[in-house]
Amino acid sequence: MNSDMEQRIDALDLPYRTREDLKASLTGKDLTDEQFDRILTMVFSEYKKSRIEPCEAVGVVAAQSIGEPGTQMTMRTFHYAGVAEINVTLGLPRLIEIMDARREPSTPTMAIYLQDDWAFNRDRAREVSWQIEAAPLHEFGDITIDMENMQVLVLLNKSVCDRRKIGVEEIFEVGPRKIREKRHFRDFDVEGDVKKVSLTFTPKNRESYQNLFQLAEHVRNVIVQGIDDIERVVARKEGGEYILYTEGSNLKDVFEVEGVDTSRTRSNNISEIADVLGIEAGRDAIIREALSTLNEQGIGVDVRHIMLVADMMCMDGEVKQIGRHGIAGEKESVLSRAAFEVTVNHLLDAAIANEVDELNGVTENVIVGQPIQLGTGDVKLIAKPTNLKI
Amino acid sequence: MGTSLDVLSHEMVPDHQIMDGEEAKDLLATYHISLEQLPKIYHDDPAVKAIGGDVGNVIRITRDSRTAGRAEAYRLVVKRPKK
Repeated sequence: MNSDMEQRIDALDLPYRTREDLKASLTGKDLTDEQFDRILTMVFSEYKKSRIEPCEAVGVVAAQSIGEPGTQMTMRTFHYAGVAEINVTLGLPRLIEIMDARREPSTPTMAIYLQDDWAFNRDRAREVSWQIEAAPLHEFGDITIDMENMQVLVLLNKSVCDRRKIGVEEIFEVGPRKIREKRHFRDFDVEGDVKKVSLTFTPKNRESYQNLFQLAEHVRNVIVQGIDDIERVVARKEGGEYILYTEGSNLKDVFEVEGVDTSRTRSNNISEIADVLGIEAGRDAIIREALSTLNEQGIGVDVRHIMLVADMMCMDGEVKQIGRHGIAGEKESVLSRAAFEVTVNHLLDAAIANEVDELNGVTENVIVGQPIQLGTGDVKLIAKPTNLKI
Repeated sequence: MGTSLDVLSHEMVPDHQIMDGEEAKDLLATYHISLEQLPKIYHDDPAVKAIGGDVGNVIRITRDSRTAGRAEAYRLVVKRPKK
C-alpha cells in the first residue's frame, strides 16, 4: 500500500475505526490499483449492509433488546461486589435506577484514583483517605458529660490527631462551627484549651438535662475531618496503584482534596456527574453504568441500544428519566402520552387546554387506525399511470 | 488544596468545541434540519463554561465512540429553564 492509497482511505465516508482497521490490514501488502479498488467497493458494500435502514423503528428494537434480557435478571441482588465489603446495588434494581434517573442512587459509591505521588505508597494513600472519610469527633478523644457543672468535656488524644494529620486547633475551630452549621444546634458556648488539648461545651440553658445530653450527642457525632457524605473509604491495590473505594459520593468535594486524580475519579451517581462534569459526561456515565450492570449479570446487550437510550435521556441538556416524568411525558401528542400511563389525567388536561393532536407519531396513528410512518409507511409514492391500459 | 477543577481533562468528558457560524450553517444544510432540532446543552453546563460557550452557539463534541472509534455530535447551547 502506498501513501496515495492511504490518503484515499482517509477521504472515504467511513467511520474512523473502519478506516483505521482497513489501513492496518493493508499495511505492508503489495497491491495493484485494481485490487485496491475492488477492496474499497467490497468494504463499502459491507458497510452499507451493516447500517440501519431508513425508517427503521430503532427505539422499539432498543426497548426489546434491553427489555427481554432484563426479564432474566435477578430481581433482587444486594451484592458485596468483592471490593472489601462495599455494598453496591446490582441487577434489575440498579438498571431501573439508571433508567429512572434518580437524583441519588440507593448505594452511592466512588472509585477515587490518586495522582502518581500518592498512588504507589500505602501510607500516602491512607493520608488521602483520611481527608475524605468522614470522621466524627468521638474518634479523636474521650467525651464525658459533667453533670455537676452542666458541661460536655472533650479530651483529645494527641497521638490520634497526629496520626490522622489534623491539628488540635483545626478540630477546635471545625467542631463547634459544624455543630452550628450542619446540625443546626446553636444554644451552647465553647471554650478550648490548646495546652490541655481539651474542649469544653456549655449549654446556654443550664437547667435542662435533656438539653445537655442532646448537646453531648451532637458533640460526639459532629464530623470534624473528611467529607460529610462519605461514610467509609477502603483502599485497594489494583495493578500496582492504590485506588480508594468509598461508600457515599460527593464528586465536587473529593476533587478538591489534594492527591486525587481529577481526570479518572468516578462516581456511580449519574446526576451528580452531569452536574459536576456536564451533560456529555452524564451520557457517558449512563452508558458505562447500564452496560456494566448488564454485563455483570452475564447479559450481552449491544452498546448501540444503550447509546440510543442514553442519547434520548440527555437530549435536552439534562438527564431525564424514561417515563412519564421524563421522555414519555414530554411527547407532543396527547394520544401518545395517554397511551402510556395515567390515561385519564392526560386526556382531561388536554381537553381543558384545548390541545390538538397532529397525528404525526406512531402510537397515535395506531390508535386511530391509520398507516404508521415507519418503514414503507413513511415513504409516499404516487404512481402516475401514463401508459397503463385498463 | 487543589485548584479549581478542569472538567475538560476528565476522561469522561469528550472534546467540546464552539463551531463558527459558517460551519453551523453547513451542518444544518447537510442534515436538512433547523437549529432548534439539534440536541441541547445548557449554558451553565460545566463543559460549556470551560470553553466559554454562549447561548446560541453550536458545540461540536468529538466522542470516543464504542462502535465507530470516533464520532461527532452537535449540541445547541440554550438557557437553562427556570424551575
